[in-house]
Amino acid sequence: MLDDTAKNKLIEVHDLKMHFPIYAGIFRSHVGDVKAVDGVSFDIFEGETLGLVGESGCGKSTCGRAVLRLYDITGGSVKINGQEIGETPQNELRKMRPAMQMVFQDPQASLNPRMTVEGIIGEPLDEHTKLNRKEKLAKVHELMDAVGLNRTFSNRYPHEFSGGQRQRIGIARALALNPKFIVCDEPIAALDVSIQAQVVNLLEDLQERFGLTYLFISHDLSMVRHIADRVAVMYLGKIAEVAPRDALYADPLHPYTKALLSAVPEPDPDLTTEDRVILQGDVPSPTNPPKGCNFCTRCPSVMEICRQSDPEFREVLPGRFVACHHFNENTNAT
Amino acid sequence: MPDGASQVLDVRDLNTVFRTRNGEVHAVNHVSFSLKKGELLGVVGESGSGKSVTMMSLIGLLPSPPAEVRQGQVLFDGRDLLQTDADTLRDIRGARIGFVFQDPMTSLNPVFTVGFQLREPLKRHMGMSKRAANKRAVELLELVGIPDAAQRLKDYPHQFSGGMRQRVMIAIALACDPEVLIADEPTTALDVTIQAQILELVKELRQKLGMAIIWITHDLGVIAGIADRVLVMYGGQVVEQAPVREVFKNPQHPYTKALLETIPHVRGERAERLQVIEGQPPMLGDAPTACPFRTRCPQAFERCARENPARATISPGHDVACFLAGSESADA
Repeated sequence: MLDDTAKNKLIEVHDLKMHFPIYAGIFRSHVGDVKAVDGVSFDIFEGETLGLVGESGCGKSTCGRAVLRLYDITGGSVKINGQEIGETPQNELRKMRPAMQMVFQDPQASLNPRMTVEGIIGEPLDEHTKLNRKEKLAKVHELMDAVGLNRTFSNRYPHEFSGGQRQRIGIARALALNPKFIVCDEPIAALDVSIQAQVVNLLEDLQERFGLTYLFISHDLSMVRHIADRVAVMYLGKIAEVAPRDALYADPLHPYTKALLSAVPEPDPDLTTEDRVILQGDVPSPTNPPKGCNFCTRCPSVMEICRQSDPEFREVLPGRFVACHHFNENTNAT
Repeated sequence: MPDGASQVLDVRDLNTVFRTRNGEVHAVNHVSFSLKKGELLGVVGESGSGKSVTMMSLIGLLPSPPAEVRQGQVLFDGRDLLQTDADTLRDIRGARIGFVFQDPMTSLNPVFTVGFQLREPLKRHMGMSKRAANKRAVELLELVGIPDAAQRLKDYPHQFSGGMRQRVMIAIALACDPEVLIADEPTTALDVTIQAQILELVKELRQKLGMAIIWITHDLGVIAGIADRVLVMYGGQVVEQAPVREVFKNPQHPYTKALLETIPHVRGERAERLQVIEGQPPMLGDAPTACPFRTRCPQAFERCARENPARATISPGHDVACFLAGSESADA
């Protein structure tokens, strides 16, 4: 999907920071910050899918929400279609919401149990358009067709649907206002294996049909390989590596990406697991990230400099960005 | 299945039903399998396929009502666990059959220290003194790779990370040297890098301790890496049973085949489009009189709606519940 039109940057994120303050003691004094997202930069081209992968707690969901400005961000800039929204107040953002939507992880929790499907999918239309009842119902039916839900179910409540169908309702709601950009936050994590494929195929079909741009957040590396055009790997609030999909999976550069990929169990009993990289220990707390490179506590090829200074996030090969001292050396040498 | 001597657990024709306000749910239907000494049996299936309920039924962990084990035999050490009284069963559970649950957050008691929870089975089942139990608890934590074990006994579950908590759960399950360990989705709540650590740990422990393990999961990748033999469950039934290589290289049931095709891979070829199993898993409202997979099966024919296929052996150790299975293997 990388033709000429796809070269247009729809989303530009630069040095995005999202810190959550911690208050403690009887005076609720500010004692520190959870640095959930700590200086993240990436671009998303129009019509592409950027996969954002990482382990739980690495800040990938926070990052997705911050890009949509569901939070008031701590620092950095977010541009959508060239327009800076990093500082825009929430009431003005509301007018821009139709262009940027979100599909949430848990379809059970993100749909109001007291509203019918028609009400749920129609709510964004009430909020942002002036359709009359008949037009609205027609639009709701059209959306239900688009996501593969039976129109006759429009008066049912979310609990009457299965997990996969509920996720379709969530997708229809996100599509209601003809958005350009959708953040999919673990849209398939709560679904069964056989249902995951249905939803992923639906997302791909809709992308083609409506020219959507996705930020696809997931911890499932094999599914991201399937759906994404480019992939960003996050670790402890920072991006370790961004690369085109095939390059990343064939030849991961960052030691964390290597370890993450080799940790995914492959459904083939003949594959040897001898050369697997097993990381020791756990992810450090984002309240108190280690000095230097944030991966230095678990990195199998850690060097002295990694404990001293934070590696720069730079382009080491065309289209491939890595934050690792190993590659700083290489590029310096050549 | 012959070769009875080496079997530690033999489950025959197990049926479990839940009674609800909206009628019965037939969660487990005619499930039979056996577990050999030192073997790792993988059980795969989607949520609602009955894999957890089967294992809970074995050792009497289901609340009754609403659950009712209607029929079947579970032979363990010459006795039928389903006919055993609650006290004896309690002695077997924990001491001779260990259980690791899915979510280490909710299955450890938050108000007791990890040390207390580790000592509890040792005192209850092995009659150890507090001091002896403490010593053993330290050994166990070291066995599962928790650094600084003696110190950490005094910590509460919330002071451990997810992976460490799961190690504690495994340590508790191993406390009394069980002959059988049942692990219900033990790595599902963990990250892949932590999952890899736990899988390595289990492989290592198997070599050291040689117990038989039943490993329940929905992740075929995990199964491929550790299992010796696999049960595939669908709609409360075992639809296929085979050695691990057979399941992945020569799957016979249409559900197993479809399941293998729907999952994307991290290595090797990347499919342009994912294969899909259309439709939804069955509701299990009535006792099955037809094949549970027929509504989603691409090869279903009229007989599938009339009869429920019985499991038939197609090659040694490989049996399938499908009318088409035998004929296809004859072709191949």
